[in-house]
Amino acid sequence: MTAAPRRRPKLAVWKFASCDGCQLTLLDCEDELLGLADQVEIAHFLEASSASAPGPYDLSLVEGSVTTPQDVERIHHIRAVSARLVTIGACATAGGVQALRNYADVAEFQAAVYARPDYIATLATSTPISAHVPVDFELRGCPIDRRQLLEVITAHLAGRRPDIPAHSVCFECKQRGTVCVTVAHGTPCLGPVTHAGCGAICPTYGRGCYGCFGPSNSANLPSFVPLLRRDGMDTLDVVRVLRTFNTAAPAFDAAARTEEER
Amino acid sequence: MTHRGSRVLHVGSLSRVEGEGSLYLRVQGDEVAEARLAVYEPPRFFEAFLRGRSYTEPPDITSRICGICPVAYQLSACRAIEDACGAVVDGQLAALRRLIYCGEWIESHTLHVHLLHAPDFHGCDNVVELARSRRADVERGLRLKQAGNAIIELLGGRAIHPVNVRLGGFHRVPSRSELRPLAEQLRRAREDAALTVRWVAGFDFPDAGCDHDLLALSEPDTYAIESGTPTVMAAPHTAALPATTRRALPTRTFGVREFGDHVTESQVPHSTALHARLDGRRHLTGPLARYAISGRLLSPVAAQAARDAGLGDPRKGDVCRNPYRSIIVRAVEVLHAVDEALRLIEAYEPPPRPYVEVPPSAGTGHGATEAPRGLLYHRYTLDAQGTVTEAVLVPPTAQNQDAIEEDLRRTVQEHLRAGEPTDAELTAVCERAIRNHDPCISCSTHFLDLTVDRTGSGA
Repeated sequence: MTAAPRRRPKLAVWKFASCDGCQLTLLDCEDELLGLADQVEIAHFLEASSASAPGPYDLSLVEGSVTTPQDVERIHHIRAVSARLVTIGACATAGGVQALRNYADVAEFQAAVYARPDYIATLATSTPISAHVPVDFELRGCPIDRRQLLEVITAHLAGRRPDIPAHSVCFECKQRGTVCVTVAHGTPCLGPVTHAGCGAICPTYGRGCYGCFGPSNSANLPSFVPLLRRDGMDTLDVVRVLRTFNTAAPAFDAAARTEEER
Repeated sequence: MTHRGSRVLHVGSLSRVEGEGSLYLRVQGDEVAEARLAVYEPPRFFEAFLRGRSYTEPPDITSRICGICPVAYQLSACRAIEDACGAVVDGQLAALRRLIYCGEWIESHTLHVHLLHAPDFHGCDNVVELARSRRADVERGLRLKQAGNAIIELLGGRAIHPVNVRLGGFHRVPSRSELRPLAEQLRRAREDAALTVRWVAGFDFPDAGCDHDLLALSEPDTYAIESGTPTVMAAPHTAALPATTRRALPTRTFGVREFGDHVTESQVPHSTALHARLDGRRHLTGPLARYAISGRLLSPVAAQAARDAGLGDPRKGDVCRNPYRSIIVRAVEVLHAVDEALRLIEAYEPPPRPYVEVPPSAGTGHGATEAPRGLLYHRYTLDAQGTVTEAVLVPPTAQNQDAIEEDLRRTVQEHLRAGEPTDAELTAVCERAIRNHDPCISCSTHFLDLTVDRTGSGA
C-alpha cells in the first residue's frame, strides 16, 4: 500500500493599498525561499509569478489597507476562498500611513495631489482588513520582520499558533543587551508602548523607537505620554509621533486625539 | 481565428512587476490606435499629508511609498531638505550614503534580473519554476540579492524601511571592523555579479530600440548614484538616426533646482499616476539612461563585463537602446555597485560625528538621486520653524510612463505587421515590453488587466 502523495498547502499573497514592502519580505527570505516552495504551493503571488492557481487557498497573506470601493468587495472574496487569513504589516493591520487621510478632508487631499480629482475613485478612509472581514492572525510591523513571517508560515504548516510575543520593545532591548536610550540619554522612545517584533533596531542604532509595530498588548498611553513630555516633546511632537504608520491603531489614535484636545 | 472584428478583451493581471496596473490597447485593422498603461494606484496622498509635518520626518515617511527602493526616497528627501536648510553632507558621511545606496541597487536590480525578468527569457512563470532548470543561476542570484540586503541591514538596521538614515547623515555610523565581514561577503558577491552578467548576456534578445530622450544624473568623475546634475541625451530621431543606434548623442544639463521648469507632470483620465514630460517631450530614466550618460565612468571590472557581454565599449561612449537588453545593463550596474561598495569600505574612516546639524530654515529645497528605476526628485517648502508647507515628489515610473506606452505601441505594431497574433500572444508581448522597464507601479498602483479593443475593417 502506498501513501497518496501529500498535497502541499496552497499559499496566496494579496495586495491592497501599500508599498509592497511586506510581500517583498517573503522574497527577502533568500535562504528559505526555494525550500519553502517545496513545502507550500505558491498559488497566487502576482509580484512574483505570472501563474495563478484558483482557490480555495489554505493560507492567504494580505498586505495593504482598504481604500477603494472595489477593494471592499475584493477582501470579502478573498476571505471566502481562504481557510486562514493573516494580515501582514501595518497597512493591513492598522490602515497604514495612508490612514492619515482619516483626519482630513479627502476631497482637499485629492485636489492637492491631482489636477483632476474627479478622475480618482477613493474612499474617505483607509481601514484595516479586520474592519471588513474576520482575520485569523495579524502580523505587525512597518515593515514586518522576516523571521516572524517565516514563523507564521511554519506555524501554519505545523498546525500550531505562531509564537509571536505581544509584549513591548523594551523586552527586546533587554534581551539584546541594548542600553536604554531614554535612561542613558533622555531620548524620547516609544519602546515601552510599542509591540515587539523588530528586535529593537532603533535603540540599537541610538535612536528612540518610533512605533512602527503599533501598540503592544499592555500599552498604557495616558501614563506614558507624560514621559515623552519630560524628555522634551511638546504637544505637536507627541501628536506627530503617534500619527505615522499605525495612526489608526486604537491606542495610538485615542492618545493623539487626547493630546490634540489639550 | 481572425481578429479583425470589433472586440474588447480582458486578459489576466500583469505579474512580476512592483505593484499592479492595467493595459488598454485599441487596434483598428492592422494599426494600433492607442496603447495605454493605466496605473490604478489606490491613491495614498503622500504629498498632501506631508504638509504640516516636521522637516525631520519626510525621510521616514516617504520611504513608505516604496518597499523596494526606500533608500532612494530617504536620500532624495534628505538632499531636498538639506538644500532648503543650507546644510552640506560630504566626506565620509556622503560615502556612507553612497554605500547604503549601492546596497539598494544590488538588491533591487538583482530582484528584477532573477525573480522578475529572467523567467521571461526562459518561458517560465516564476523563479521557482526557473530554479527547476537553472538552480545554480537562481541560487547565485539569491546570494547576490542577500549581499545587497546585508549592506542595507548593516548601515540601516533593516533591509526594508531602514531606520538609521536621518537629515545630516546617520543616527549611528559603523566602525571599520564592523564593515570587515561585509567586505568578505561582497568579494564573493563580486564574482557572483560577474557571472550574472555573463549568464544574462547569453539570453536571446529581440531587435529593438528606443527613440526617447534619456534623462539621468551625472557627476564629473563618478557614475552618479546619490547626487548629480540632471543630464539629457537627445533621442536618435533628432539626429536622423534609427532608434536602435548605439551612438552617443549630444547632451545638455540643467540644475536640480530647475527640475520643475523642465519636467512637468500632467494627469490623464486612465491613471492615478501623474505623467511627466521633459521639455514637452517623452523621456526615459533608469539603467539605459544612466549607462548612456555615465557609462564611461563604470569601474574597470564593470566596463570589461559590459564589453564581454556585447554592449560595445561604454568607455568609448557606446550606448544601449534595446529595452530587452536592459537586463544586461542592470547586471552590469550590480557589478559596478558591488565593486564601488568594496572601494568605499576600503577607503572608510569613521567620521568624527554621525551627522551634521541641519537647523530649520524657511525656503524651498530640491533633491534628486538615482533610484534603481531612475531619477527620483523631491521638492519641499518649509517655514521658519521647519514645518513642511508643500511637498512635490516625481518618481521615475511616472516619468517613464509615456516611454513605456510608446514601446508598447511600437511592439504591438510590429507584431501586427508580422502576422496575426492572438490576444494571448499580444498579452505576452506587452507584458514583456512593460517588464523591460521594471516599472515601480507600487510607488502608486493597483490592478493590471489587458484590454484589447479591436475595431476596424473586416467586421
